[in-house]
Amino acid sequence: MFDNVNLQQLIFGRFTIDEIPYHEPILVGTFVGVAVVGLAVLATITYFRFWGPLWRDWVTSIDHKKIGIMYCIFALIMLLRGFADALMMRTQQAIAFGDQQGFLPPHHYDQIFTAHGMIMIFFVAMPFVTGLMNFAVPLQIGARDVAFPFLNNFSFWMTVSGGMLVMVSLFVGEFSRATWLAYPPLSGAAMSPGVGVDYYIWALQIAGIGTTLSGINLIATIVKMRAPGLSMMKLPIFVWSSLCTNILIVAAFPILTAVLVLLSLDRYLGMHFFTNDLGGNSMLYFNLIWIWGHPEVYILILPAFGVFSEVTSTFCGKRLFGYTSMVYALVVITILAYLVWLHHFFTMGSGADVNSFFGITTMIISIPTGAKIFNWMFTMYRGRIRFEVPMMWVVAFIVTFVIGGMTGVLLAVPPADFVLHNSLFLIAHFHNVIIGGVLFGMFAGVTFWFPKAFGFKLDEFWGKMALYLWVSGFYLAFMPLYVLGLMGVTRRMQHFDDPSLQPWFIAAALGALLIAGGIGSQIIMFVVSIRRREELRDLTGDPWGGRTLEWSTSSPPPDYNFAFTPVVHDSDAWWDMKARGFSRPMTGYKPIHMPKNTATGAILAALSFILGFAMVWYIWWLAALSFVAIIGTAIFHTFNYDREYYIPAETVSREEAKRTRELELA
Amino acid sequence: MMHTDTAPPGTAAPVYFVTDEEGHHSEGSTMLGFWLYLMSDCLIFATLFATYGVLGRNYAAGPSQKDLFDLSGIAVNTAMLLFSSITYGFAMLEMDKDNRRGTQMWLAITGLFGIAFVALEIREFVHLFHEGAPPWRSAFLSSFYTLVGTHGLHVSFGILWLGTLMVQVRQHGLIAANRRRLMCLSMFWHFLDLVWIGVFTVVYLIGVLE
Repeated sequence: MFDNVNLQQLIFGRFTIDEIPYHEPILVGTFVGVAVVGLAVLATITYFRFWGPLWRDWVTSIDHKKIGIMYCIFALIMLLRGFADALMMRTQQAIAFGDQQGFLPPHHYDQIFTAHGMIMIFFVAMPFVTGLMNFAVPLQIGARDVAFPFLNNFSFWMTVSGGMLVMVSLFVGEFSRATWLAYPPLSGAAMSPGVGVDYYIWALQIAGIGTTLSGINLIATIVKMRAPGLSMMKLPIFVWSSLCTNILIVAAFPILTAVLVLLSLDRYLGMHFFTNDLGGNSMLYFNLIWIWGHPEVYILILPAFGVFSEVTSTFCGKRLFGYTSMVYALVVITILAYLVWLHHFFTMGSGADVNSFFGITTMIISIPTGAKIFNWMFTMYRGRIRFEVPMMWVVAFIVTFVIGGMTGVLLAVPPADFVLHNSLFLIAHFHNVIIGGVLFGMFAGVTFWFPKAFGFKLDEFWGKMALYLWVSGFYLAFMPLYVLGLMGVTRRMQHFDDPSLQPWFIAAALGALLIAGGIGSQIIMFVVSIRRREELRDLTGDPWGGRTLEWSTSSPPPDYNFAFTPVVHDSDAWWDMKARGFSRPMTGYKPIHMPKNTATGAILAALSFILGFAMVWYIWWLAALSFVAIIGTAIFHTFNYDREYYIPAETVSREEAKRTRELELA
Repeated sequence: MMHTDTAPPGTAAPVYFVTDEEGHHSEGSTMLGFWLYLMSDCLIFATLFATYGVLGRNYAAGPSQKDLFDLSGIAVNTAMLLFSSITYGFAMLEMDKDNRRGTQMWLAITGLFGIAFVALEIREFVHLFHEGAPPWRSAFLSSFYTLVGTHGLHVSFGILWLGTLMVQVRQHGLIAANRRRLMCLSMFWHFLDLVWIGVFTVVYLIGVLE
């Protein structure tokens, strides 16, 4: 019996040295680059003796503000990876015509478009959104932290763990070639026997646990931890949009988890959920994945809507127009998000009745969305608009998103969709709404809240430069794709025969280059801003003339956020406080009850990474070991009852005295 | 309606800060948070039920429900789980009376019923394997094993959790933190009972009697 057991397989599973892609120059170059940058970062941290503070103040931190900042940094790093993939695809499609095969062979090209889609959604847009919500929501509702601070830290590190698994697939083995949603039967064991799809599955499962838990956490925070007087219909719109988003997360991500479990059972145990034989049904996968997937679209866009609402009313110096209708629009979108999933596969053949139903529900979503657009415009109308960088992103968004929304309504018409399905028209549409909606919203949010997080504003010149390059680059890159899509060009092509299409692809590639300039400007913006931080310093804590509670405390806020919990009388609480001449209490500080830092979240996430890696490579002993270690660590953590401490009143008093001096200087 | 208490600028400022608060912030949210978790778990089961609903008749010329299931065996299995819910309820009543010994005793009995349930389920699965009905035989069997097995894994996890809590109650007694944890496990346990009633009805009863 033991003749069949190969020692190498027992120890390394299906990993062999040939799985390291040392014969692919692009990957070797990337690896060298990553290794050099990585070593430089490690050396810098060591040189400045930053390991201790990094561990104590960041890795183990349960402070929602720091976790929010880490989410955003993680998203920006992953944006570089996802965008590098985009640049390679645009270049390939611009040159691979006729005899010219381009520089990416199909098996590599397919991995790139899969990784691009998956990374941009799960590891750029999601952490960005979660990061902003984590940072801003507790401050806006006058709370000192989220409901479950430890879970928050754990969620963040699980997201990072999933992202790292995708990154490792670059240099160890390969990534999935089965598109960003891993459609079977292509993603099944028969047609994708390699490790690619397994990397995809485990990365998503690990990150998905983090996302679901952070959704639960933020709902409980918003429902239970609002400051006195802050009734639901006085919540800042960003908090409302966060609430709706997190409800969507909790009600959608479990479906993704379940459907990926079914796919793994097909792959690992030879079951027959989505296979072509023995009763499997791949259309079940399409339905289930889109029952998660369509709400996911709104999970991403609603927080962006929230940011636009805050930015618009702040920079127009006006109360948001139609607050109540904004709230109802959010709630209606949240509900309708679950009634449209089938529009992603009208061509499945469900028949005219089913397609009409889903076509109509899809079109109906444009009504609340349109109401929101009008509300933002009416807020601007007769407002005293200050065109600072966040407000400029809003204007860019309104124009761009309206175009993307209208092409979406076109696609919602089933007969039209039969022509446009899987064409570049669709690609142009969803990039139109995701870049023009989600990303512009996140950039507006980062510029808006950066001074709150760090105490100084971002450099305006490079901020505007980034905006101009991103916006013009977006139009140049994606308008040609609408044209190509209408001409019938399908997505995911590595090579084209018809040379008449080439000019459009060259234009699109130039657009991608402009966007690269935009990203470059953003990097320069951060560097320049950090160097000029003394000039850009804001001592007031309220650099934009803000309206909501986060601007009532110092920048950056103290660990406890508010020395005294605020009492709210108006939906624009801070505006109301300023208008009615509040006075900041200077005495009577009390000790403040706060949660303690813990390393358990980071340890559990690291173990999950090992578990995922071991499962991908069939290293069963390591998988079993890490699984037991995860359960053991979690149980061990529950034996710690000493999780909270008091910030002494003297510390609070000292912090607040510093704030008083800053306010006098400002 | 929204801004009724907004006084015009210049009028006397109302109270803007809570000056005499007692800061205990995490206690109140746990139950809501755990409810939300249970609802998310419920969606996982919903997905598995839906999958069973779609694939449950795809036998691929293999065995069907009528060929495989023995209702009287399943009835015993079901009884174990239902009893365990009752005994967990007794444990909670003892907890309310601050009776540590009684709580521990009923928790132990609950755990034994749970172990009996899982053991009977494993026995059923082994039996099915011998009948030539492993999960890779057909889509029906894949969806059956996954739905029932996921429930069984949840119960096993609950048993592990129950054991951990018994140790913690022994160490610290029925302190507030432990009461909160026992409440969470209680909701988890009853929730699994509820899911099992769904499984029993949809998979076994309808499968055999239809």
